Amino acid sequence: MRIVSGLARASGARRLLDISAAHIDGCLYNGEASLDFAKRLAGARVRVPTTLNVSSLDLLHPDLIRSDPETQSRARQLMDAYTAIGARPTWTCAPYQDLTRPAFGDHIAWAESSAIVFANSVLGARTGRYGDFIDAAAAVTGRAPAAGLHLDENRRAGIVFDVSGLSTGLKQRDAFFAVLGLVVGARSGGLVPAIVGVDTATEDQLKILGAAAASAGSVGLFHMVGITPEAPTTNQLTASELPQIMVTTDLLRSARQRISADGGVSHLGSVHLGTPHYSTNQLDHLLSTLGGRPIRLSLYVSTGRDVLKAWGREEELSALGVTIVTDTCTYVTSIVPLGSGMAMTDSAKWAYYAPGNIGLQAVLGSVEECVESAVSGHLVKRDDQWT
Amino acid sequence: MDVTFLVAGTGSGPTLVLDEPLSFWGGVDPASGMIVDQAHPQAGLTITGHIIVMPAGRGSSSSSSVLAECIRAGTGPAGIVLGEADPILALGALVAAELYPDRICPVAVADDYEAATMVGTIDLVPPAA
Repeated sequence: MRIVSGLARASGARRLLDISAAHIDGCLYNGEASLDFAKRLAGARVRVPTTLNVSSLDLLHPDLIRSDPETQSRARQLMDAYTAIGARPTWTCAPYQDLTRPAFGDHIAWAESSAIVFANSVLGARTGRYGDFIDAAAAVTGRAPAAGLHLDENRRAGIVFDVSGLSTGLKQRDAFFAVLGLVVGARSGGLVPAIVGVDTATEDQLKILGAAAASAGSVGLFHMVGITPEAPTTNQLTASELPQIMVTTDLLRSARQRISADGGVSHLGSVHLGTPHYSTNQLDHLLSTLGGRPIRLSLYVSTGRDVLKAWGREEELSALGVTIVTDTCTYVTSIVPLGSGMAMTDSAKWAYYAPGNIGLQAVLGSVEECVESAVSGHLVKRDDQWT
Repeated sequence: MDVTFLVAGTGSGPTLVLDEPLSFWGGVDPASGMIVDQAHPQAGLTITGHIIVMPAGRGSSSSSSVLAECIRAGTGPAGIVLGEADPILALGALVAAELYPDRICPVAVADDYEAATMVGTIDLVPPAA
């Protein structure tokens, strides 16, 4: 409770509110401080239904993990400390792909930046941008500061991104949402962005956009006119005097170039999909894009253990040589062998964090480019994917 | 330096002005204190013992525990001065203060952020209780 109150002070909250769910991302081992904190929780019990984010281990595929035994032992102790307080061993960064997801208007305390932005934007639930420690503190107290995105006044759009000038074909591709997320994240400052000019978007595409925006900036909520539940109407935005950014193909190209490695300088060694964790629809799409062709490069796809079980087609992917990763992700723990060349990913978030976390530079591509690269064994770029 | 403390404490050191917000998770190596986010303008510099001056927090919510781990390992900053409040960094420093009471990393918001970026050293001193 000292931590919840301390955060309340830091975020200017005058009161606390009751939450109905929590998502803890402190179960990823970030050093001894992670474990020192979790050990302090011993004896406590979560007061609300609580899910757990990715860990540093894959308990279903333990042979994938290359970190030293001591680190693995500490990572396991950390996971056990959180299940011991009653949190569900979901080990996924996409807890909204669970059968029980928060409802519109629910106050929740979620950590994991991509899950936060999805909960606020797509579900219309309300969570602050919580991080390690406060997630667990909120779960065991059932309380969170009444501040930030819990409050109406902080959920209103403050800046508009207009994509109506872009082609309909481009706006249907998953890769568009990844790069748009980079632009929105980098240019929103502390404001809530509203995106206008998207005709249709799947939940997976909104997930991709939010994850990119939360990596490139501090976006915890976006609105998409006509798509997300709290979005203002076009008329309301036109009547407002909010700053407007016209999104052009040039703007998207420069955003992509900024985080994407130059594919010309090094050979491609591995391909990484599933950040955030793939849904069953995305796994279906991967399988159909592969079309039964075996792969020449290592292709990793990360997903939640429950999603994988519900999907039920793991063996079909494995038979083509695809490595399936659960409970963790290839950019947060030691899975990829060192010195294995450049990486390729369909995830802006992966491309953003992999160089710092695991020392791999990544080319950002569409799922189709990623799959064709893995099948052919060399970098395949298709410019028609980006116009 | 007029500031509002998010995490109170005493800290002083040479300033390290960051031109862009830095995500500690994926951006700082707790073993060395070095900025490893290759896309960051100050990549390669070390935060240890400096007062970090940066406009805002950014990115992953795991930054709290990376900051706490830096503070535990002794590679952390002497303090953090922000242009706007950031709960994720405040939380990392707050928990580190609970776990390791002898290692305090104050986090504050500058009343005049531009002024904070202009000075070579900053002494953070909490207001008298």
